[in-house]
Amino acid sequence: MKILLSWLNEYGDFADPSDAAAVARLADTMTSLGLAVDGYDTIGTTVAGVITAQVKRLERHPEAAKVQRVYVDQGDGVERHVWCGAFNMQPGDVVPMATLGTRMPDGRTIERRGILGIDSEGMLCSADELGLGSDHSGIKVLPVGTPLGLPYGEALGLVPDILFDLDITRNRPDCWGYVGVARDVAAQMGIGFRPPNPTTTAVGSTITASVELLDGERCGRFTSTVMSGVRIRPSAEWMQRRLDAAGMRAISNVVDVSNYVMLELNQPNHAYDLDALGGGGFRIRTAADGEQMTTLDGETRTFTAADLLICDANDRPIGVGGVMGGLDTEITDATTTVALEVAWFQPLGVMQTASRLGLRSEASARYERGCDPYVIDTAIARFAELLSETCPELVVHAGSHDARGAGLPEQARSVMVRVAQVNRILDTNLSATDLPRLLDSIGYTVSGHGDPDGGIVGGTVEVALPTWRPDSEAEIDVIEEVARHYGYANLGKTIPKSTVHGGLTLHQQRRRQLREVLIGLGLSEAMPNPFLAPDTLAKAGLDGRAISITNPLAVEESVLRTSLRPGLLDAVAFNASHRRTGVKLFEIGHVYPPGIGELPDEFEALCVVLAGDHAPAAMAVWREIADALGIGARVDQARVPAGLHQTRSATLQAGKGPSGAVGEIDPAVLRRFNVDQRVAILELNLDEMLGRAPRPLVWKPVSRMPSSDLDLAFVVSDEVPAEKLEKAIRQGAGNLLVGLELFDVFRGAALGDGRRSLAYHLRLQASDRSLTDADIAGVRSEVIYSAGKFGAELRS
Amino acid sequence: MNDEISAARDDALAQIDAADSLDAITALDSEVIGKRSTLAMLKARLGGLPTVDEKRAAGQAINDALESVGAALSARRTEFGDAALGARVAAERIDLTEYIGRSSRGHAHVVTQAWQRLEDVFIGLGFQVAEGPEVETDWHNFEALNMGEGHPARGEFDTLFVDHVAPGDQPGRTVLRTHTSPVQIRTMLAQKPPIYIVAPGRVFRRDTPDATHMPVFHQIEGLVIDRNITIADLAGTIEAFTKAFFGADFSSRLRPSYFPFTEPSAEFDIQRPDGSWLELGGCGMVHPNVMRAVGLDPEQWSGFAFGFGIDRMAVMRHGVADIREMFTNDIRFLEQF
Repeated sequence: MKILLSWLNEYGDFADPSDAAAVARLADTMTSLGLAVDGYDTIGTTVAGVITAQVKRLERHPEAAKVQRVYVDQGDGVERHVWCGAFNMQPGDVVPMATLGTRMPDGRTIERRGILGIDSEGMLCSADELGLGSDHSGIKVLPVGTPLGLPYGEALGLVPDILFDLDITRNRPDCWGYVGVARDVAAQMGIGFRPPNPTTTAVGSTITASVELLDGERCGRFTSTVMSGVRIRPSAEWMQRRLDAAGMRAISNVVDVSNYVMLELNQPNHAYDLDALGGGGFRIRTAADGEQMTTLDGETRTFTAADLLICDANDRPIGVGGVMGGLDTEITDATTTVALEVAWFQPLGVMQTASRLGLRSEASARYERGCDPYVIDTAIARFAELLSETCPELVVHAGSHDARGAGLPEQARSVMVRVAQVNRILDTNLSATDLPRLLDSIGYTVSGHGDPDGGIVGGTVEVALPTWRPDSEAEIDVIEEVARHYGYANLGKTIPKSTVHGGLTLHQQRRRQLREVLIGLGLSEAMPNPFLAPDTLAKAGLDGRAISITNPLAVEESVLRTSLRPGLLDAVAFNASHRRTGVKLFEIGHVYPPGIGELPDEFEALCVVLAGDHAPAAMAVWREIADALGIGARVDQARVPAGLHQTRSATLQAGKGPSGAVGEIDPAVLRRFNVDQRVAILELNLDEMLGRAPRPLVWKPVSRMPSSDLDLAFVVSDEVPAEKLEKAIRQGAGNLLVGLELFDVFRGAALGDGRRSLAYHLRLQASDRSLTDADIAGVRSEVIYSAGKFGAELRS
Repeated sequence: MNDEISAARDDALAQIDAADSLDAITALDSEVIGKRSTLAMLKARLGGLPTVDEKRAAGQAINDALESVGAALSARRTEFGDAALGARVAAERIDLTEYIGRSSRGHAHVVTQAWQRLEDVFIGLGFQVAEGPEVETDWHNFEALNMGEGHPARGEFDTLFVDHVAPGDQPGRTVLRTHTSPVQIRTMLAQKPPIYIVAPGRVFRRDTPDATHMPVFHQIEGLVIDRNITIADLAGTIEAFTKAFFGADFSSRLRPSYFPFTEPSAEFDIQRPDGSWLELGGCGMVHPNVMRAVGLDPEQWSGFAFGFGIDRMAVMRHGVADIREMFTNDIRFLEQF
């Protein structure tokens, strides 16, 4: 909401626009009330040294094609010469001229600099150069009759002013009008508030524009007032300037007054040409499905039964209730009699219609936030008062119509407020007698001064709620008003005395630990977009079933990921394309597979990608994680997870279902993602892996006895996983085994096809004695026997 | 005999003195103090001495001599050992700035770093960390937060809807959460007060990405529900957070604002040491309607809530010019932090 200070000052003495300190204080006051000042600008300042001058004659110079010679008169009858690069003025035009020595806003100083040896005695200015607007296409031509030789600001009646940009929250519809802002700020500043107090001009003969209100829910009140003696002409300069500051184009006196009343009182209104109004009256009804009308902006709109139409008495639509008028009944230059509509529409209905039509207007923005249905009479009178300034013969006719419907909010509403509750929420020490001072001046009228015998500390007061604050309904709403006018800055700052101790859950602690391990392994954390394109999952070789966004910003980002993999593969490809191959990335984030419950089967996942690495690198990461977090899972290479390399990947199984995957990305998938490195991958379901408490770490005594080492190499079929062989070795070695390490894998023709040698290093140790040769020989034969069950032969 | 002892000792000491290597000393070892050494031989002759006193005196003299020879040997051994180590150390010189390879350290995402710093500050202030689903029901995201169907404030959330339909419900009632407030709702439903939580997490808005906005971003919210919590407790908690997170020379203020789920509502700003203000987030006293929605009696309990963006904390701390940069997953970005 733009607020022009000179306009605001109509309703109270808020600040002198030229007093910077007072303006800053006013801005702070507004912000402290919740009318946040996003910023403010000084407008209407002028450039000293620029005066009005009249073009006498124009001349071209044969050697200067881009400029012309202009001879001007500053009002003293002396003809002065300036060079000018613009060609839009004619002899007789009055233009602003910067005289010699003028310092322009851009820092230039106007000098007698000549062209072709001919001096220039000043510079003619564009609107843009003088802060009069953004037009820099030519020299600003001033209105005919502008006096000569005056500073242009004086000639145009410009005075410095301040334009505030307020961020008005949704609970303050009243502040979409000047009067609402003024009321709140005047109360806080403790200065007089002067709301407009129009008196209706002479009431003429009875002319009624009938009103037939068919939907009294959606339209709670509809008034029509006929005014004749209208003469369409431009508004006064002051009104045009104010509307311009509000960002509204001045059109004609009737339209301008309508807008002015809306900006002042936050009450939209619409003047129809009575002669163009079929049947001379209004019908307010819901639309028929498919009904059409052309709105003021020239668009043909199609309505549904959920839209409210203003129709003429012949039932022809002439406006969308609370949103926009129709094209046909627009005021024209020939209009002499208007029927003024000032109405109240139900906020939700206006919001839904405006949103469905994609049509937001100044009126709909106000109605959907909630206007004051009881300011309507003031608005009618104010309209007449302001219009009569340009239409001295204006007659307001008797017979105005005021139709009210069931949807009209009650005028008198009040709420009981417990003073103890005020103090309980605000930590204040207010008594009932303090409340009128804080509330009465903003229209929350306090009555009763507590009920000391009611058993409630501080008593209870009744607070009448203002009709312009539809958001205020309950005690807490009044407490907020008390807080605002008491001043948030005056409230205390205390720390609650909590009995709760802060901290992370087990899952959160273990997630942090996981992240530390990954970072320690040299992996960096990525955060890809969780939204995928519709074909991305299939591209990754994954199940394509997924949840979709029904109103996505772009179709390429419309599918909720069911896996972190595609995002990281894109990141690998992106980095490779920037000459960074071999990146090691991980992500911890949610994935959202479809589910049949109240919500999807969302869970937290980890994905690690190691570009340029083989599957064992991913296994190494898994082993580090498993060891650090005390978790485990079966590596099941017989179940190859979707999208992974057929012979180099495994499912990780911890509980009943798969809890992860490890291995390498399927080369076909890599090709589709434009990745030309191998990519090793590890995926875990963290809800499963981190949710469980880790294995407890119980102390095992460290043996003080000497240990012995035993190296054994087995030749075994490729079909037998090393993990199985290791398990067999452990079983065979029994409790003397304290360390087992695979230190060599060898494949060769001598061993035969499909077989390899796995060489293990065993460390043996007893807790209570030195081992004998017999002990070691015993372990050796047991291990060979146990390994033999998997067809493993000792390699000789 | 005493003369022989002295002579043997002096001879041994002279030999030790003359030795020129660790090997020579090792070789001398048995020669001068071993069983066949002159001094050892003399010991064998002690029995031939006439008196006990003489035997004792000579025995003592031999032991003294052996001790001094032994000490001399040990001293020279140390001397040669030190010299050898010294020579080895001298020969092992390397230039430590001859560094091959590059850093192998991994990097937590800059948003994660901000996220954890925030969590840690609030844990220090006595808050627990709560989390919840990112795909939410309309009820948890809006209705329970005093934004029933058709509430005008809903329009300001630019909500993304998904096609998941809960059993028995109609389509269009599952959303990507627009804030982490549903975690507050879930916490209040799941546990009795006192509640002191922060809820960090990923949130979603239908916002076209630009230098300061992402449709997917991160937020942290706080919720306190206890007996007699006041707006002063809110202001004091915000102030304590401001000083702990930004520094002791920062301060904070509340100014009136509007949110459907809190009343009174406020924006909170922080003041930098240079006096300038920065708008940080929203907060307020938990609205009685929100408490009623989760079955808490607003006459028994009161509370406050606050929330602000995490990504912006990272942007501010590191001077990132464009928020989108943080989500490109460009390793050259990730490695900077």
